[in-house]
Amino acid sequence: MNLLKLLDKMCPDTQNSDQKELFFSRREAFHKFGDMSKKMAMAAVPLGILSALPKVAKADTESLIGVLNYALTLEHLEYRYYQMGLDAGVIEGADMAIFEKIRDHELAHVNFLTEVVGNVLGGDPVMEPAFDFTAGGNFSPFTDYPTFLALSQAFEDTGVRAYKGQAGNVMENDVVLTAALSIHSVEARHASMVRRLRTKKGHDSIKGWITEGSNGTLPAATQAIYDGEENVMHGGVDVTQLTGIDSAAVTEGWDEPLNKDQVLGIASLFLA
Amino acid sequence: MKNDLIKPQGLVKDANRRKFLQKGSLSIAAAGLFMVGCNDDEDYMPPMMEDGVMLGSGDIGILNYAYALEQLEAAFYATVIQGGYFANANAEEKQIMADLEKHERAHKEFFKAALGASAIADLEVDFSAIDFDDRMSVLGAAKTFEDLGVAAYNGAGKFIQDAGYLLIAGKIVSVEARHAAAIRDLLNPGSTDFAGDDLIDANGLERTLSFSEVLSAASTYVTTPIDFSQLPS
Repeated sequence: MNLLKLLDKMCPDTQNSDQKELFFSRREAFHKFGDMSKKMAMAAVPLGILSALPKVAKADTESLIGVLNYALTLEHLEYRYYQMGLDAGVIEGADMAIFEKIRDHELAHVNFLTEVVGNVLGGDPVMEPAFDFTAGGNFSPFTDYPTFLALSQAFEDTGVRAYKGQAGNVMENDVVLTAALSIHSVEARHASMVRRLRTKKGHDSIKGWITEGSNGTLPAATQAIYDGEENVMHGGVDVTQLTGIDSAAVTEGWDEPLNKDQVLGIASLFLA
Repeated sequence: MKNDLIKPQGLVKDANRRKFLQKGSLSIAAAGLFMVGCNDDEDYMPPMMEDGVMLGSGDIGILNYAYALEQLEAAFYATVIQGGYFANANAEEKQIMADLEKHERAHKEFFKAALGASAIADLEVDFSAIDFDDRMSVLGAAKTFEDLGVAAYNGAGKFIQDAGYLLIAGKIVSVEARHAAAIRDLLNPGSTDFAGDDLIDANGLERTLSFSEVLSAASTYVTTPIDFSQLPS
């Protein structure tokens, strides 16, 4: 998505009150205004104007800023982790391109979210915290490649669950929701790749998808990342009973969300 | 969200669901099948069509859209595991194909149950363009279907009215993305194709596709006409 086009669509400050209502609450306003949202989305607004205008619908904006700053915190963690891994030379040569690509995506997410929080929503993008990827001396990800891979998997699987857990909190804003979904699936692609890489190297026997609530051979401290993934109840139905498919496969077929407190509890292991 | 009511949609047989709900379906919560937010007054029971299916409108329409895609994927993998490629595949690929067959069948059956009486009929598929004895042909088609599924869910998310449905879509789309990455890695092992630049832009955002783009791509493999004109836009 072109960022400038996105900024145009997201700007709540340059629109009249009906349009603001559409921006913040398309679902409520949808029937009333028909396809007006499409027309207004085409209005071009130079970036500089956005920050100069007074804020409107403050509560909604602040709620979005809160969610996006939370996402940004996780992206800071992931980016810094991969950058340090690449700098440390811990990654095997054949896998360098994979982790450079993942690093590039995480950096792009950091920059994108920083831009949206700061220049579109007029908030203060959260600064990068100080990280301790040894988790108090327990891990050596930058000297031991299997550990690097293990924590990479832990971060990617956490990221998938974290974004999933926020979808409902940003659903009133189409553009933010779509961007969050578009990051969410990228994290899932990363997770699948790293999980399979660990199994190919003989570190684990896991698959690209999460079976039951298993953390495989990951350290016990990561179990919270997989708790709840054993769920087979969806929309009030036990899918194993509905389909006769074994529960391992059913749990693999649905990923589960984590809420902010759960995720920050996991991430806090790695805060300095 | 206004009313996140859980309702036995499978029991709703009245063609005018809105009117039916106004009569007080809240008490009919017993028999097994479930859910359907009633916050969208324009949700619409798709009528039977002589020749093809109509997805319907509102969240029902989007669930039918997902159901159509899951039908396509499920039918594909059901055929894969009967074919020569699967019979001769190595252990890893066999495991992946067997898993994907189960995951997609589970998704399909789930949507069918979720939609109850609103579910579209079974779609007719045509896989004559795929050689199920040929590894590259099967994996190439799998890549198309999985990538398409991810882009479809990502594109449809903003039209979903009910937070519960949005979460269900979110639970499934990340699994489709895990599939897509694995299939892409089978095709080009150890490369960056698992999250390739053909799908992911400079902001690190994966592509989204509209209803018409997705159904147009799917129409190569689906012979049943799909009327999606009532879907939100």
